[in-house]
Amino acid sequence: MQQRTLPYLLLLPATLFLCVFFIYPFLLVAWQAVSQDGALTLDHFRTMAGHWKFPTAFWNTMLLALAVVPVQLALALFMATLVTRMGKGRDVILYIWTIPLGISDLAAGIIWLAIFEQTGFLNSMLSGLGVVEQPVAWLGYQNKGTIFLAVVLAEIWRATAIVLVILVAGMGLIPKEYYEAAEVFGASPWKRFTRITLPLLRPSIQTALILRTILAFEVFAVVIALAGTNFPVLMGETYHWQFNLQDRHVAAAYALVILAISIAFTLVFLRTLRVPREAQP
Amino acid sequence: MRKTTTTTLAAALLAGGAFAATGGSAQADILFWSTQAAPVEETQAMRGQVLSGFEEAVDYQATDDRGPWLTRIEAELQAGSGTIGLLGALHGEFVSLSDDLVDLSDIELGDVTVNATFQQLGMLGTGEQKYLPWMQATYIMAANRQALDYLPEGADINALTYDELIEWARVLAEETGGPKFGFPAGPQGLKHRFFQGYLYPSYTDSAVTEFRSPEAEEAWNKFKELWQYTSPSSTSYGFMQEPLLTEEVWVAWDHTARLADAFNQRPDDFVAFPAPAGPTGRGFMPVIAGVAIPRTAPDTEAAKALAAYMLKPETQVATLRATNFFPVVEVDLPDDMPASVRLSGQAIARMANADDANPSLLPVGLGEYNGKFNQVFVDAFERIVLAGQDVRQVLDEQGETLRSVMQDSGAPCWAPDEPSEGACPVE
Repeated sequence: MQQRTLPYLLLLPATLFLCVFFIYPFLLVAWQAVSQDGALTLDHFRTMAGHWKFPTAFWNTMLLALAVVPVQLALALFMATLVTRMGKGRDVILYIWTIPLGISDLAAGIIWLAIFEQTGFLNSMLSGLGVVEQPVAWLGYQNKGTIFLAVVLAEIWRATAIVLVILVAGMGLIPKEYYEAAEVFGASPWKRFTRITLPLLRPSIQTALILRTILAFEVFAVVIALAGTNFPVLMGETYHWQFNLQDRHVAAAYALVILAISIAFTLVFLRTLRVPREAQP
Repeated sequence: MRKTTTTTLAAALLAGGAFAATGGSAQADILFWSTQAAPVEETQAMRGQVLSGFEEAVDYQATDDRGPWLTRIEAELQAGSGTIGLLGALHGEFVSLSDDLVDLSDIELGDVTVNATFQQLGMLGTGEQKYLPWMQATYIMAANRQALDYLPEGADINALTYDELIEWARVLAEETGGPKFGFPAGPQGLKHRFFQGYLYPSYTDSAVTEFRSPEAEEAWNKFKELWQYTSPSSTSYGFMQEPLLTEEVWVAWDHTARLADAFNQRPDDFVAFPAPAGPTGRGFMPVIAGVAIPRTAPDTEAAKALAAYMLKPETQVATLRATNFFPVVEVDLPDDMPASVRLSGQAIARMANADDANPSLLPVGLGEYNGKFNQVFVDAFERIVLAGQDVRQVLDEQGETLRSVMQDSGAPCWAPDEPSEGACPVE
């Protein structure tokens, strides 16, 4: 009896905590999004979808996630492979690569702002080399392309490390014997990577993708720092409606949209990267 | 040791008693209940340098929070008796108290000349002088002296029109290698005040009612023209003093407090001048604070004397030093004022006293809808000017949003719009 109830007892505090500080506020937010003075309404969703910035913010967020996440995954796979092959100095390299993880996203945005600003490092360098005569307004409102690129760069720099850490841990779990056997049969390094590493890394890739994609939909501070209002994203609009326009109903509607997208993508990843039960270690 | 402690304690108690005693006698002081000069240094300066010159003792109490300020005066009005002698607040804060303010038209001001436009505003649309203007701040133009060489032929910098400004910006852009006009269109910039208080009043003599009129369409088209010669970095500018100092920008519009650093750091390199004028006058948005006396004031005569004292030129100069708000009466500023005060002060005086001056007020009565009201103008700017959408269509759509903001808030019109019964309409 004791044996059977103990796990539940131990889980109780965390469950209570989640209920009080996550589920309950979430229900309040959901209710705010669909109610006005106590009555059910879809007006707030209509206001949100009808606002001229909504489609731009929606697609900007999507494009950003689509551009950032695959690059990060590829980069992290490459870096993780390098790290696991290393003998000496492995930890040092790993620590250096994960430094951006310790920096807040706003700080990361400001660092990249110092580079791309009109009076920033990039312009000083280019004019020092004589490439440009006048400083270029990389982040000006007409240069949507460079704004997008700057945000993508900053995001890749800042958040690849989290994927890397998960993948490095996952690679550590792959038994060495598989590689040895493959080598005996003369498999090339690329073959070993695609036939052994990737399939066996599937659970880690799944976790990393889910985590990274959800975070990508919540991108906020980097965009605010680099682009201000020139590059609307869903999270920025949520903040704007909540605090500047003081309309918490529409802000709640935005929050639910972000939640819906996150859940949808999580389900996709869970399904496509599923590891069959019998194949689980 | 113990003995010392006891003695200190006793002394403190005694001192406390003495304070309580003064507190008791302070009942006779005139209570000046204000929303202005609320930061501690400014409050101290008001007490020590401005009000100490008055013949009677004044208890100056300032709160930054409008809520408590209003609650106390409303409670006194409801009770029918009170301790507040003089009220100090922004124009908009007096509006809801209008019926309970004493008529100040019979105050003896001596040879002081109060700005007539502001005095008119102080009547709050009634036949009585509900409050007397007390001090002001506003938004003006600033230019690097280098830019003056490119002024269009025959243009007077102190009486520019929007057409002349556009022409000036064009010449600057074409002859100096890039746009030199700057506009605070960044997230922290006060662009919405430009549209509400400068562009709209100058072209439509309105900020709300005529929001989507043909005249408004013309105004936006003019601004689009100006935008062609505006530094594209403007969408990241918050305080124009910074790009002015780095010389990214030579000509700019902003709040006096947001230009002050440029004037103070390099007073000889910059000039300040009034905002331009359009077909319906020189629209500008003064931030006006006034003094008023509630009908429950314990000693109306003493309060009136204090109000008159606040308008004396010496007091106005002392107030300027204490709060950085400018005089509303004719006054010669002494030479030892900071450069920003000298430069902006002159420009403000020229703007307010111009024949075509068309002052408009900060939005009044919007409450929590302030953000949405401003957003209507910001959205119109971003859609028309940045995204290049059709002016007519944007104004129609934003006009609808503005109408619902006005209806939800129930705010009646404020100057320069004609007073309305109920919520201010959007034609």
